[in-house]
Amino acid sequence: MSVATVNAGPRRGWRSTSTWIGAVIVGIALVCAVFAPLLVPHDPFAQDLNRRLLVPFWMEGSNPDFILGTDQLGRDYLSRLIWGCRISMLIGVTVTVVSGLIGITIGVLGGFFGGRVDDAVLFAITTRLSIPVVLVALAVVGLLGTSMTLLVLTLGLLLWDRFAVVARSTSMQVRNLDFVAAAWCAGCSRFRVLSREVLPNIASHLVVVATLEIALAILLEAALSFLGLGVPPPLPSWGLMIAEAKDYMFFSPWVIVIPGVALFVLVLGINLLGDGLRDAFGTQRTDS
Amino acid sequence: MFRFLVRRLIVALLVAATVMTLAFVLTRLSGDLATSIAGPNATQADIEAIRKAYGLDRPVVSQFFDWVGRAATGDLGNSYFFQTRVSALIAERMPVTLTLGLTGLAIALLVSLPLGILAAVRENTGFDRAVQMVALLGQAMPSFWLGLLLMILFGLTLGWLPISGTGSWQHYVMPGIVLAFSAIPALTRLTRAGMIQSLGSDYIRTARAKGLSRASILLKHALRNAAIPVVAIAAVQLGFMLGGSIVIEQVFALHGVGFLAWESIAKNDFPVVQAVVLVLAVIYVALTMVADLMNAVLDPRLRA
Repeated sequence: MSVATVNAGPRRGWRSTSTWIGAVIVGIALVCAVFAPLLVPHDPFAQDLNRRLLVPFWMEGSNPDFILGTDQLGRDYLSRLIWGCRISMLIGVTVTVVSGLIGITIGVLGGFFGGRVDDAVLFAITTRLSIPVVLVALAVVGLLGTSMTLLVLTLGLLLWDRFAVVARSTSMQVRNLDFVAAAWCAGCSRFRVLSREVLPNIASHLVVVATLEIALAILLEAALSFLGLGVPPPLPSWGLMIAEAKDYMFFSPWVIVIPGVALFVLVLGINLLGDGLRDAFGTQRTDS
Repeated sequence: MFRFLVRRLIVALLVAATVMTLAFVLTRLSGDLATSIAGPNATQADIEAIRKAYGLDRPVVSQFFDWVGRAATGDLGNSYFFQTRVSALIAERMPVTLTLGLTGLAIALLVSLPLGILAAVRENTGFDRAVQMVALLGQAMPSFWLGLLLMILFGLTLGWLPISGTGSWQHYVMPGIVLAFSAIPALTRLTRAGMIQSLGSDYIRTARAKGLSRASILLKHALRNAAIPVVAIAAVQLGFMLGGSIVIEQVFALHGVGFLAWESIAKNDFPVVQAVVLVLAVIYVALTMVADLMNAVLDPRLRA
């Protein structure tokens, strides 16, 4: 973990354009996620072996009823893509809530109290970083069975490190500022100082971390589903769609291109938005 | 320096011990291991026999200390499926994973050092922005998907590289590129930031004033200082890459440690799973220690 102290700030104009692009992508993804049942043109789970692997609209012989074609079981690709967006966003957000609760609690305790507490927190972060995330997540899901709840809890328990690092370093800075001293002098309790003085002042840093963590969780979910130990079929996770279409990719490459592009664009959008927020809040980049 | 070393070593050992405990707990999560090893068609007698044979009838605490005691001497137990020693299995597969990891790191450094340096020299130009855009794109790229796309392009359409397996050096080119993608964004940003900082410092102004050539200033003076954090992070990134190579090994059917772990998870071969978790964690801890030591040697201020 290191903090690059040089401000990564090219011209404002370019930055705000990229932030807007990110915001639009995330906005579309949110609409797809929330209103998926209303938006899908077909049932994303309905199979029809008579219309397997229909080609998407830009290719010769496409069917206007199925704009993005159909998969190897005749399911409408656009409907599955929209439903998959719902799953990606759901997992991204819930994993970040779990990991955020753990990481922020640990980090703030270490940064605020210092001393022995901080030693324990640093040790926990070091240990967590030494654990191979993908392998452990695969092992847990492989041993306990695939389910969305289990996946979210596992990833949440594994991805709290960046929250902890940022919460720790920022609350360490805030702890010594005058308004915290003023709160102590006014006789505020520890809990009140933490919740009313420290947390609100490190919140902007944590929001930036949260966006990056959502993107990371979405990528990890896709990778786990791709390996068959993530979201259980027939749910249309984008990673699972790529895994199921893999056998056909040499004959019809679009079957893996479509869900992959969706995944790439969504993660890119979230990261662009996160970078924009970082600039807007004036916080620094933390790279792992 | 000696005290720094000792303290660093104690922390590393404590981390290893914690990971050991976690790996043991992890494989006991599924409840009754004997039942899951025996499979769905096993009779009660089969399950009892397996429980006895693998020593699963003993108290968990004694199983735990048994495992820790043996692992401390390098004995990681026996695989249930392969019927051989886990340490031998891992040793057999490790060269593939290490080759993959080092190839990935080499490609990542070859790409990100020049990009980072040039972006720093031309700070706030179109080139700088393009480099940052590339870093962002790399960060958003799902590695397994990139692997499949490369397979279609280089394997099928162009026919330049083999699609899967480990026969020759060509087999490591595509997986290496994919693995490098995960490290390029962070390494490029760090190089750029370090170079910008050292290019703005007094000793660079002095070097310019002495009339040194541009190349000499950049490579001898600025890069040497900017490289310290990059080298350290590169060691840490190698640790992440070895842990993360499981997905790529699966995509390209490279039979390394990650592939072994994936197979073992599917087969409930838990001694292998817990051993791979432990070995990868220990390698990571060792690499971060090397990084810290390098930092300490190169920058005496950090030894305090």
